Amino acid sequence: MIRKLVIAALGLVLLAASGWSFHRSRTLPEAVVLSPGVTEVKLLSEWFDGVRGTANDCNVYILDSGVPGATVFVMGGTHPEEPASRLAAWLLVENAVMESGRLIVVLSANRSASTVTRVGGAYPPDFAIPTEWGEQTFRLGDRWSNPLDQWPDPEVYIHYPSRQYLAWMDIRNLNRAWPGRPDGTLTERTTYAFMELIRNEGVDLFIDLHEAELQYPVISTIVAHQSGEELATYVSMMLSDMEFNMGMEYSPLNLHGLSHREVGDFSDAVSLLFEAPEPFLDATRGRTTREQLLTGKDEFVVRAGQAGLLFEKIDENGWPIDVRVGRHVSAILQTLEAWTELNPELPLLITGVPRYDEVVERGLGHWLHDPSAAPPEKVKIE
Amino acid sequence: MVLLQTLVTLLYYAMVAGVAGIMIWNLVRSRDWKEEVLYVIVLVPFLLRLFRLK
Repeated sequence: MIRKLVIAALGLVLLAASGWSFHRSRTLPEAVVLSPGVTEVKLLSEWFDGVRGTANDCNVYILDSGVPGATVFVMGGTHPEEPASRLAAWLLVENAVMESGRLIVVLSANRSASTVTRVGGAYPPDFAIPTEWGEQTFRLGDRWSNPLDQWPDPEVYIHYPSRQYLAWMDIRNLNRAWPGRPDGTLTERTTYAFMELIRNEGVDLFIDLHEAELQYPVISTIVAHQSGEELATYVSMMLSDMEFNMGMEYSPLNLHGLSHREVGDFSDAVSLLFEAPEPFLDATRGRTTREQLLTGKDEFVVRAGQAGLLFEKIDENGWPIDVRVGRHVSAILQTLEAWTELNPELPLLITGVPRYDEVVERGLGHWLHDPSAAPPEKVKIE
Repeated sequence: MVLLQTLVTLLYYAMVAGVAGIMIWNLVRSRDWKEEVLYVIVLVPFLLRLFRLK
């Protein structure tokens, strides 16, 4: 009997240790220090009640200049395991001030996906960015909604409303569930809520931030709905000439569920999607560690490049997180500048946000603010 | 679809609880320490799912 109790106690220790780790990974609080430009913070459920109280009832940050202009919506965290997307949006919420027009930002578009890591992928549960006041820790997350929030998956995912057949697991992929439906799965209800936000707030320009593996052909590029053709081409030319190489691709007309296709088709907003390189996602990577995630260095991905298997360059310097975030913020700033030039009656003027060179030189952490030094009403938790 | 998902999820959790209960019963009845260790190890992921931790 004593032997049995000892074995059961050891099992309980194992359960408690692993359970604590998973619980922490699911609930790790991430602080956001609001920029002086943030005028309002709402929950997504204010636009659609069907996500109220769910893991995906995320914060929506509104930076309203009070001066007439366009409304731009920047979305981070569609795929939380692409951290430059969340961190670039984070940098906007903590630093941006709109001088004309309105900026809406989401940091955790699929918040559920930020509470789990890839099953069987040996992902680290979180990562930390060094700042001048210490380290700020973020949940790593996954590409798909947490199975604890949406399960089971079907054998084949039939996209609504196109009825296109997609991969089964993509029923939990936010960027395969646009435009969503009010009585659908959690992921579909989330995209429906965002569509309601876009339609009701009169969003003119929608930007969805992503990262991609180097073995994926859609990388270091802007994917544009046909309504954003001129804008995206202009931004691509300007960035490639002035800062870094950035391509431009059309959103395929018959590939459904993606934001660059459906947001443009189901609303009046011009829809763009930005991709930055993230070697962490490459199937040929070595150890899946925090260091690899943040430095973007990987000898095996470099060797894949030497074998001609990649669609983006990589060397021993890798793709550090500062470079990836810098690309996203510069691409956003360039897009707002180009938008204003093409639509002078609907300007989008923004200040306080660094460009690529500054982010790379000073590090992303320079623009993350200490939540313990900020007034409590200026701090939100993601 | 969502109703079906909910039903399957409820059935699944009932099955997980049932199998976990059977393993605990077998653990109590077992006389072999190697079997007992095995039951405890196998039980952990079932309990993690039942308590909605993973």
